[in-house]
Amino acid sequence: MSALDSLYQQIILEQSKTRTGADLPNDQLQGLHLPAGTGQSHELNPVCGDEITLRVETSPGADGQLVSGIHWAGDGCSISMASASILSELMVGLAVEEVHDLIENFREVMRSRGKLQADEEVLGDAAALSGVSKFPARVKCAMLAWVATENALAQLS
Amino acid sequence: MVLTSTDHFHDGPLNDVEVLRIRNDFPILDQEVNGQPLVYLDSGATSQKPISVMEAEQEFYEQRNSAVHRGAHTLAVAATDVFEDARATVAAFIGAQENELLWCANATAGLNLLAYSFGNASIGEVSPEARQFAVGPGDEVLVTEMEHHANLVPWQELCRRTGATLKFIPVVDDGSLDMEAAAALFTRRTKVFAFTHVSNVTGVINPVLELTGMAHDVGALVVLDACQSAPHLLLDVKALDVDFAVFSGHKMLAPTGIGAVYGRAELLDAMPPFQTGGSMITTVTMEQASYLPSPQRFEAGTQAISQAVAFAAAVNYLSETGMARIHEWENFLGQRMVVGLEAIEGIRVLGPSAGTARAGLAAFAVDGVHAHDVGQFLDAAGIAVRVGHHCAQPLHRRLGLSASTRASTYLYNTTAEVDAFLAAVAGVRPYFGITGA
Repeated sequence: MSALDSLYQQIILEQSKTRTGADLPNDQLQGLHLPAGTGQSHELNPVCGDEITLRVETSPGADGQLVSGIHWAGDGCSISMASASILSELMVGLAVEEVHDLIENFREVMRSRGKLQADEEVLGDAAALSGVSKFPARVKCAMLAWVATENALAQLS
Repeated sequence: MVLTSTDHFHDGPLNDVEVLRIRNDFPILDQEVNGQPLVYLDSGATSQKPISVMEAEQEFYEQRNSAVHRGAHTLAVAATDVFEDARATVAAFIGAQENELLWCANATAGLNLLAYSFGNASIGEVSPEARQFAVGPGDEVLVTEMEHHANLVPWQELCRRTGATLKFIPVVDDGSLDMEAAAALFTRRTKVFAFTHVSNVTGVINPVLELTGMAHDVGALVVLDACQSAPHLLLDVKALDVDFAVFSGHKMLAPTGIGAVYGRAELLDAMPPFQTGGSMITTVTMEQASYLPSPQRFEAGTQAISQAVAFAAAVNYLSETGMARIHEWENFLGQRMVVGLEAIEGIRVLGPSAGTARAGLAAFAVDGVHAHDVGQFLDAAGIAVRVGHHCAQPLHRRLGLSASTRASTYLYNTTAEVDAFLAAVAGVRPYFGITGA
């Protein structure tokens, strides 16, 4: 597989069009009057203009707080949009603690400059983004939605 | 036989054979990127450097390195001589006198120098001759909607500090200025008019003389951002009748860290300094200081000496090749790019359509594929382009985009490179699985 094909795996090209979770209404981008257990964050990559506003909804579960919904609105390259879509499929239903672990795991892979291969058992479809770590200029694209999720969760407390 | 100009040998237009010879002077171009020959189409961001420029800088450090305008030793004199010779060379390159050219780090630094000098003339105790630069409440600074952030944000800040109002001339759909709107925007309130000669996004070449005339009719000072014109066409600041002009060395074969501000001599002599300190003063007491005339007044601290010397080598390289010939060649390459891009399904070229004059660059949007992905795909083919908003967010917003892909040429680009670029662009949408118009 060429370096380009390892970056743009079929699953990424598909997810960049599917855009699971990309249903945050325009009139809610400001994130005003969020219900309890909900956090929202806006992230922008000023270098290329990639942008996302992402909302995380949580509800109490048997083992602590669970992520019950992820909704976002964004504009950007296929890597950033696919990453947001994959994240939305991956994280709904997980405990907040598990989500934090996943973000850390993903960040470590992204910062590895191609040395770490993502564990598909852990990261699911996000493992397809492993190839991004060989392209330092694109790591921020892949991280955008994950950073937004982290910052949205930080608002919960 | 002493040769002062190679123009005797190259009277005709540039052609691919001569460009191939020119490329021998740019070692960086002879390499493979991702297994493909490098096609460098990002000279709008920064140009590559010929051997003569790199040698000029090295020769300075090997033989003459010393602080300029201070010290009585022989090396200091030699360094001062080449430093000031470089000023005369670069000034002559744009049709200016040597006392009308200030060194600065780059065009951004030059525009900030002007905006802060005007600001210093606007606040506190100001000498009578400096009042012509003052702006305040009720005054207007006029820019255009196509400006690079470097020629927008410093003026926003000047207005914020002084209470003046920022206005802009809008662009129409093809990226050119709305000249009807412009005519109405120039009023007696307009104190400063800052605009770009050539758009770094659309390649639009603005009608400088017409705009300068409108500005001078209302008594405004004219600042020209020549960053994208000085490298690519024969620039004559006197013929264009601008009051100030700024440009960057690194976009015109020189090293990074050196640029220049042109100002009419009588204006520079009246303008208050921006940065103050060593090398720009006459007498200093514990309470106050008086200042040298320009250009030293605006060159506080040790300057980028070797870079200035190399800047002169760069403009000599351009002059010897011939600016009119370079302009003509880039016009040919630019038109070939636009014609080729317009023929590819799903490509929207920003700016003037084929057949209309433009600089040798083309920014474009690919329907269904983000610019960042376009750039990545081209990089895999060895083709270096710029992606993003190219430091012109308001213009992109006006054109309904957040980002575009830009290919920009220079004197060392060949017809074959433009064709390789066009062939690669044609493969973008199929690769990303986008079909249809």
